[in-house]
Formats: sequence, C-alpha cells, structure tokens
Amino acid sequence: MSVLNQIGAVTAMNLRSIPRRVGSSSVIVIGIAGVVGVIVAVFGMTRSLSQALVDTGRPDRAIVLRSGAQNETSSTLLVDALATIRNAPGVARTSAGDAAASAEMLASVNLIRREDGAQAAVGVRGVEPTSATIRPEVKLVDGRMFRPGLRETIVGRGAHHEFNNLEIGDRVGLRDSQWTVVGVFESGGDANESRLLTDAQTLMSAYKRTAANSVTVLLASEGSFDEFKTALTTNPTLSVSVERERDYYQRQSEDANTFFGLVTTFVGVIMALGALFAALNTMYSAVSARTVEIATLRAIGFGAGGVVSSVLAEALLLSFTGALVGAGVAWLLFNGNTVGIGNTVGTLVFQMHITPALLGSGVLLACIVGLIGGLLPALRAARMPVATALRATA
Amino acid sequence: MKYLPLIWAGLWRKRVRTILTLMSVVVAFVLFGVMHGVTAGIDQIVNQMSDSRLRIQSRVNITEPLPYAQLARIESVPGVMSVGFYNFVGAYYREPRNGISAGAMDISRLKAMFPEVAISQEAIDAMAQTRNGALIGQDLAKERGWKVGDRIPLRSTIWMRKDGAQDWTFEIVGIYSGFDGKVPSNEFWINYQYFDEERTFGNGTVTLYFARINEPARSAQIAEQIDGLFANSPNETQTQNERDWLRGRIAQIGNMAFFVNAIIGAVMFTLLFLTGNTMMQSVRERIPELAVLKTYGFSSAAVVSLVLGEALVLCGAAAAIGLGIAQAASPSIFRAIGAGGLSLPWGVIGSGLGVAAIVAIISALPPAWRTQRISIVDALAGR
Repeated sequence: MSVLNQIGAVTAMNLRSIPRRVGSSSVIVIGIAGVVGVIVAVFGMTRSLSQALVDTGRPDRAIVLRSGAQNETSSTLLVDALATIRNAPGVARTSAGDAAASAEMLASVNLIRREDGAQAAVGVRGVEPTSATIRPEVKLVDGRMFRPGLRETIVGRGAHHEFNNLEIGDRVGLRDSQWTVVGVFESGGDANESRLLTDAQTLMSAYKRTAANSVTVLLASEGSFDEFKTALTTNPTLSVSVERERDYYQRQSEDANTFFGLVTTFVGVIMALGALFAALNTMYSAVSARTVEIATLRAIGFGAGGVVSSVLAEALLLSFTGALVGAGVAWLLFNGNTVGIGNTVGTLVFQMHITPALLGSGVLLACIVGLIGGLLPALRAARMPVATALRATA
Repeated sequence: MKYLPLIWAGLWRKRVRTILTLMSVVVAFVLFGVMHGVTAGIDQIVNQMSDSRLRIQSRVNITEPLPYAQLARIESVPGVMSVGFYNFVGAYYREPRNGISAGAMDISRLKAMFPEVAISQEAIDAMAQTRNGALIGQDLAKERGWKVGDRIPLRSTIWMRKDGAQDWTFEIVGIYSGFDGKVPSNEFWINYQYFDEERTFGNGTVTLYFARINEPARSAQIAEQIDGLFANSPNETQTQNERDWLRGRIAQIGNMAFFVNAIIGAVMFTLLFLTGNTMMQSVRERIPELAVLKTYGFSSAAVVSLVLGEALVLCGAAAAIGLGIAQAASPSIFRAIGAGGLSLPWGVIGSGLGVAAIVAIISALPPAWRTQRISIVDALAGR
C-alpha cells in the first residue's frame, strides 16, 4: 500500500470509529467550545467598543477645541474666537451660503438605566442649524426635529434604548428647565447615538452660558484640513487646537482601548494557555487509551505516518467542531446586544458585533490548539515500541 | 498521613498527565484569583468610605455647579456638624498631558470634614496667609519632586483668568498625606477665595458640598432634608453618603456584571471540566492497580480515600499555586485599576481552595466509589 493510501485508510478508520468514543470526543468538543466562545465574546466586546468610538469620525470633518483641552467637555471657547473660526479658509459652505461650522455646547444629565434601574449620565449636545449640513448621517427614525428657540430635544437610538423616560413626549430636566423629547434619531452607530441633540443657542441660554465647548466644521475637502488648521493655529488672537474628527475620537478611545485591551489580552492568554494544556492532556489520554489498537495497526504493517496523521485528523476535526459550537453560542448570546459603558458625564451605548472575521479567527485559533494538542501525543503513539505497546494495559 | 508516599507515587505514575492537569488547574485559579480579587478589592474600598459624611452635588449632573449661598442653609440642618465644599479645577502643568487633579476649597474647613487627612496646623495657617498658596499630596510631591516653597504655574483649559494670563501661579506651603495610604495622595489644593476672585465665569459657585453628620444611622433622613431645602429651586441637589455614592459610581460604569460573571463562569467551567474528565479517566485506568492494593488487604474505604486523597492533593496544590500567582500579581493589577495598596483578601483564597476541593471530589469520587464493588480477580485480569 502506498504511503498516501495508508494514511488515508488509517485516518478514515480512525474518524469512522469516533462514534464509539463519544464520551472522550465530546470532552474535547465542549472544552474547545468554551475556550472559543469566551475569546470571541471578549474580543467582540473590545472591537465593538472601538468601532463605536472611531465610527464617529469623518475624514472631512474637523473639531476645534481650546488649546490643551483633552476633550470637548474640558474645553471653553469664547464668542470672539467663534467668529474667527467660522471665517477660516477651508470651511465648506451650506446651501444657504453660510460657513458649515457649528459652535457646540456639551452638558450632561443623570437618568435611570432601563436594565437595572441604576443612575447613569447621558450626554447632551447643543448644535447649530448648520449641523444638518455638517452631519448628514443624523436621520430621524421617529418623531420630528427640534425647533430652535423651543426647549425641545431629539434622542439618539442608543440612549433611547438604554434609558427610561426618553420616549417622545417625555420631559427631561436639564438645568433649571424642562425639555421635551420630540424625536428619535440614528447616526450610523456612532457616539452621538448615545446622546441627546438640541439647539446650541437654546441650551446656552438655559444654562446662562456664553461660551461654547467646541466647534465642529465640515471641510471643503479632505485636503483642506491643513489650510484650516494653519490659519487657526498661527492666529495670535486664538489659542486653539485643531484635529481631524477621526483622530479626536481615536484619542478618546485610547484609554478605554488600553484598559479593555489589557483585559482582553489577559483573558485571551489565560484561555489559550488553559486550552492548550487541557487539549494536550485530553489527547494524551485519548491516545493512551488506544495504545493497543494503535500498536496492532503498526504490527500489521501500517507506517508511523498513517498513525500520526490519523490522530492529528481526529484532533483537528474535534477542535473544529468545538470551535463552531463555541463561536455559534457566542454569536447567539452576544451579537446585537446593547452594552452601555459610562462615566460621570456620559454613557456610551454601543452594539456588540460578532463579525465573521472574528468567528474565523476563533476557529483558526481552535484548530491551532487542536493541532498542537494532537501532535505530541501522536508522535508518542507512533514511536512506542510495538511489542511493549501490544502488552500495555494502559 | 502514612499513606502520603502512596499518594505521591500514584500522582507521579504518569508524569506528563499530572503536570498537564496541574497546569490547567493552575491557569483556572489564576483567573479565579484575579477576578474575585478585583471584585473583593472594590468592595473593600466601598466599605472604607465614610457613612458619616454626606456628598451633595447638583441633581442634574456633577458638571452643574451649586451656588455658594447654599452653604449656610445646609449648615442649619439638624444633625449636620460641619460643612465643607470643593470646586473642581482641572489643570495641567506645562503640557496638557501632565494632568493635575486640582481643587479649590476653604482649607480652614478641611480638618473638620476630612479627619483622615494628615496635615500640620502650620500648613493650614500658611494657606490662610498666602492667597495663592497650595497644599499638595505626598505622592504628587514625590512624583514631581516638588517641595514647600516651590512656585508652580498651572494652566486650565476650562477656567480663564480675568487678567487674561494663561498661567495660574501657586506657592506650595504644605504637603498632606492621608487616607491611611490606601487612596493616593496626589491632589493639588488651592484657596477658593483666590480662585473665585480670579476666574471669569462661574463665580460664586462650587462643584460640591460635604456635610459631616453626627448620626450615621440617620444619614438617609438628613440627606432627604438637605435635598428638601432646594427642591423646586433652580439648583436642586442630590445628597448621598459617600459609600452609597461610590456604589452608584461603580454601577454607572456599566452593565458589565453579567458579561464578567458569564466569562468567569465559562472559563472555570471549561478548564475544570476538561481537567475533571482526565482525572476520572485516570482513575478508571488504574483499576487493576487498585485491585492489587485490595489483595494486600487494603479495605474498600482505604482505597476510596487513597484515590480521593490523590485528587485532593493535585487540585489543592494546583489551586494553591494559581492563587499564589494571583496574589503575587495583584499589587500590579490593583495599581493598574487605580486601587493601589490593596491585596487579595483571605476570603478569596479560602473560597478558591474550597472550589478546588469540590472539583477534586466530583472528578475522583464516582470512579473511586465503583472500586468498592470490583471483583478483585476480574480487575487483576484487566477485565
């Protein structure tokens, strides 16, 4: 029999006999399923979080903050600065001919989370009418747009899902004023979906503020950024920092990314290590339970190649099955789940997405663990002296 | 105890299997130790918080300021012994990256409000005499190499000075340490009067109030009374004792509890399931050996206890190693989440060993029990 035929025959025989070893085979399947499930879920969470943060950026939008401010909430821009920013070169124009720049104010309000009744903060963003041009991704899914001058607000899909009392017609108590929810919007799953949007002027007068937090502009083109930034940063009357929106949100997600990255790496490494040891252990046991069987095969002339490849094939098949089960369960349980992560000034509500790429990586990892776990026992089985093995009582 | 050599020999019969089983269980318990350690650590911090000190902030959100005028009214509430306040400043030193946790307050009220802060009377007096004086925490002083007498220019992205200057210059007049070293002493405290006079907006407001009460048991009622003073006014308050506030803050972080518990559960289950199965198989394979022991005269009970003993020693040792690693790693982990100074509570180690014992018993008992009924002759023949 040629080597390939041998390998084929032994492997086929091995695989066909798996049903007789359902007990120990299912152990590997369940074990790998658990490992893959956890890794997919944890990585899925981290990816979905960065996605929600980074998605809030468009390459042709820029954000202007007070020089040195790390984020919008800790930045203050005075009225004089706003006019200069609006008139800077590189800014697109709305259909009415105005500069596509929106001086915005941020506030926060504590509301009750639907899920567990805990109190958490929701961000409020006051925008200028030019925001419609600057943010075309904001689309109403229910109700209507707020009217400037009236204390009305629209709520993002994420915030609407996560918090109580944000239905159309409900009132939200902001500083010394009651605001009515008149619509629900979606904006492509970005950070604004976790906020309330309203008119900047109305919000500022309710809070008795004259200063804005930031200015968001739509650039005439992606390339206009440099021109825009230089004009503002070289202006001696201004003390501002200018960033592309994408970079700004990238920076915001860095802290969360680092923390979650650490958690993910920690859990991932532990799971992979544990899976490796456990897979090795189980495959060793599986092989040693069949020492006599394998020795018999070798005694009648089958070469080591067939033995090794059959054990590997079995390990691979079982790991693959386990990976599918684990990935499937993780997808069923977590895909599409809404998660809210918050601090004192806002809660980011995002959806967990278990992507095919993630599932694929999980399955690949399982197969690698299975291969390594099956290789050493397979080699051991192939090299055991036949006579000793035949007499073995394991 | 005299069976220990037997147990030891039994463990090392299949060296590779024992080591791999050991490693799997060690890994499972490192995770167990770290995860439960962090939860227990957080509980510890919460319980250390005072329940005789109330925290008063705007009902709308922490970012909304409260008028200074509320101070006198809060002081008049029965049960309130003393009131202090804090205004969040949010500054940086030279580079925006070098954030400094700065706050403005009336230092003369500090000791009454926070007796756990160690500060000399001279420092407090110096603050009263130096308008732009600053008190800094021990850890901050060490980190930056600042000492009493240094003049430090800070900048703020939120607050602007009336004279238009970018820098707020302070003179360090004292160094405090506090909270028994459990919470980092890294704040930069300045005089509220100076700060309020120099800033361009928000004058006459503070970020929050603290109220010391004489009866912790009545903290909820006193809190309600304080909030009642300002209900239906433009500046409604939300008053809680510090412990409840911290619990709320932690809950605010997110609905991650389900996620974290699910993961720990899945991980422990998977690793221990695989390990338990291997141990079960190991016992089954050794039935002929156990039969030999029985022919020597070991009673059934002795055989069962030998098998159990092996499993317990293996799981116990692995759990101890895993928890030991978690214990060694916990200082760095706690520092990473900002809770430096804590250590793994003994309760976690105790419950970890308990779980190990349960796993050992569940894996080894069923096959061991069956050895009671084996026919020695059949067992010796390998049937």
